[in-house]
Amino acid sequence: MSAFVQYTVQGLAAGGFYALAALGLAVIFGVLGVVNFSHGACYMLGAVAAAVLLDVLHVHFWVALAVVPILLFLVGVLMERLLIRWLLRLDPLYNFLLTFGLSLILVDVVKRRYGVSGLPYERPAGLDGQLHLGGIGLPTYSVFVCLLSLVVCGLVWVLLTKTRVGMIVRASTEDADRTRALGINVGRWVTPVFGFGIALAGLAGVMAAPFRAITADMGGNFVIILFAVVVIGGLGSILGAVVAGFLVGLVEAYGQAYAPTFAQVAIFVLMAGVVLFRPAGLFGRDESA
Amino acid sequence: MTQHVKSTSATFDTGELDRRGPEVAGPLPAGPARSRLSWFMLAVGLIAALALPWIIYPPVAMDIAAWALFAISVDLLLGYTGLLSFGHAAFWGSSSYVTGLIAIHWGLPFPLAILGGMLFAMAIAVPIGYLSVRRTGIYFAMVTLAFAQMVYFVANQLSDLTGGENGLQAIPRSFFGIDSVENDSFTFYYAAIALILLGTWAAWRIVHSPFGRVLVAIRDNPARARALGYDVDRYKIIVFVLSAGLAGLAGGVFAISHGFTSLQELEWTTSGKVVLITVLGGIGTLWGGPLGAAIVVTLEDKLTSSGFEGTGIILGSIFVVIVLLFRHGIWGTVADLLHRRTDPRPNPGE
Repeated sequence: MSAFVQYTVQGLAAGGFYALAALGLAVIFGVLGVVNFSHGACYMLGAVAAAVLLDVLHVHFWVALAVVPILLFLVGVLMERLLIRWLLRLDPLYNFLLTFGLSLILVDVVKRRYGVSGLPYERPAGLDGQLHLGGIGLPTYSVFVCLLSLVVCGLVWVLLTKTRVGMIVRASTEDADRTRALGINVGRWVTPVFGFGIALAGLAGVMAAPFRAITADMGGNFVIILFAVVVIGGLGSILGAVVAGFLVGLVEAYGQAYAPTFAQVAIFVLMAGVVLFRPAGLFGRDESA
Repeated sequence: MTQHVKSTSATFDTGELDRRGPEVAGPLPAGPARSRLSWFMLAVGLIAALALPWIIYPPVAMDIAAWALFAISVDLLLGYTGLLSFGHAAFWGSSSYVTGLIAIHWGLPFPLAILGGMLFAMAIAVPIGYLSVRRTGIYFAMVTLAFAQMVYFVANQLSDLTGGENGLQAIPRSFFGIDSVENDSFTFYYAAIALILLGTWAAWRIVHSPFGRVLVAIRDNPARARALGYDVDRYKIIVFVLSAGLAGLAGGVFAISHGFTSLQELEWTTSGKVVLITVLGGIGTLWGGPLGAAIVVTLEDKLTSSGFEGTGIILGSIFVVIVLLFRHGIWGTVADLLHRRTDPRPNPGE
């Protein structure tokens, strides 16, 4: 029983990274119609930035947690302004390919600068021990990751559903023209939303820094799992991204615990099942093609 | 006012995205000029394929030919059916493994080993295609990418068979005991190019058949194709499997030529590289693939031999520039120019 709880916490922690990053992917897709292939590279940049800030400027983990997403927000703004913007009116495949090219560049730049071996990052004090709850020992950091990602997802949810900004963002995804007709400048929100999505990937990267090996390649497999997550959840759905993120994390953790050979394959089997029985995803709308 | 906003409705509309498609290069000039041009290009292409090992190092020439067919297989889907497969490494890579295993364990002549690899690639393309064609556009790209990653993990797990991280070493190049083909990469090129040309011819036949016309109809307007009574999904699955077969043929030749294969051939970066080659050359042309392959493979070879370690920076930059400025690719841009010269009317596609 205690082992099962440990696996569950482990899965929810891994799922937290997926949920946060998939949330960013879903917000960007919703507003811009862009599937951002460089999301994995941005997650990697977040982790590398945290490690470099700690090493060079001795920026503490808690500060990095706030600073790195802001840096990644700026990276996202630059990306959108300089590149993504020019292809928004075309088939989304073009921005998919563009961001794929970008992630090749980002990964190799980091590889050339920091090498292929992992950068070190110590777990911050206070989060490195074990937590004992009802006689079950749990790694404090995993619990922290679960809670923080849930809180952030909740905040984004409130932002989107309860605030004026969120309403504008959702309205412009529903029907951009009609939103414009109501006197709202939709174009103004495109850049900040892209930056915001990238910042979420960066946040997931910082949280992963003390937890995973920080290498230039860490985003490669990550982004493919993210795609599986949004296909499972339904690409346009915020709730779907979060739920599927945690679900995939759990599948991965239980897989590693009970059937290590098939742990990584299990995620894709889950995706195949969803595509077969519910092509629009668990929370997606049916396509009326 | 907030009670009107249902909290469960944070779902974005995605229907509209399926209506657009990738830009395809404009058609060549019509009429007799076109047919003369086609024969001329065919002759140039054949001569180029045969002269290649005289100009560059034969193993590199073989790489170009294999990647060219691989790119053609992607173009069959992207350019002629409007489906971007971002998981074609699954077919290229798995065929390279099966080809290698057959050659190592059974010692069959390499064309038979490659045939085995090709059939295997087509076999796994059936379920992958069946599932993937349920989604279109960007979803298709994501789903194929994910399934290819699954194939990668399976190959990694079956390390007893595939050699895991080490890959398959020492794949023999058996060819009916003919020593010059088995041991000389120059002669081997001419034995193997026959297979590549056969694959290219098959692609040409597919594109210029009634079946190929239906594919183009599906690309341009799936709803109309369906209304005309064509089973769209069935056509997509068939062309997906055929395309996987061509990718498998190319992957098999690649494995035999190198004498080894590794997990790198199954990686998502390989899927990305072949899409880059296809888009760089120009989609919807069949000629784009060979052109793109010649450029990318030569460039990579030069970069690697000069000790430059940031190949991704160069390839990624090419990708960004092509997608931003030359979406018709090199071949498409040239064809557009020819089109403009022979036909003064403005091209409505632009």
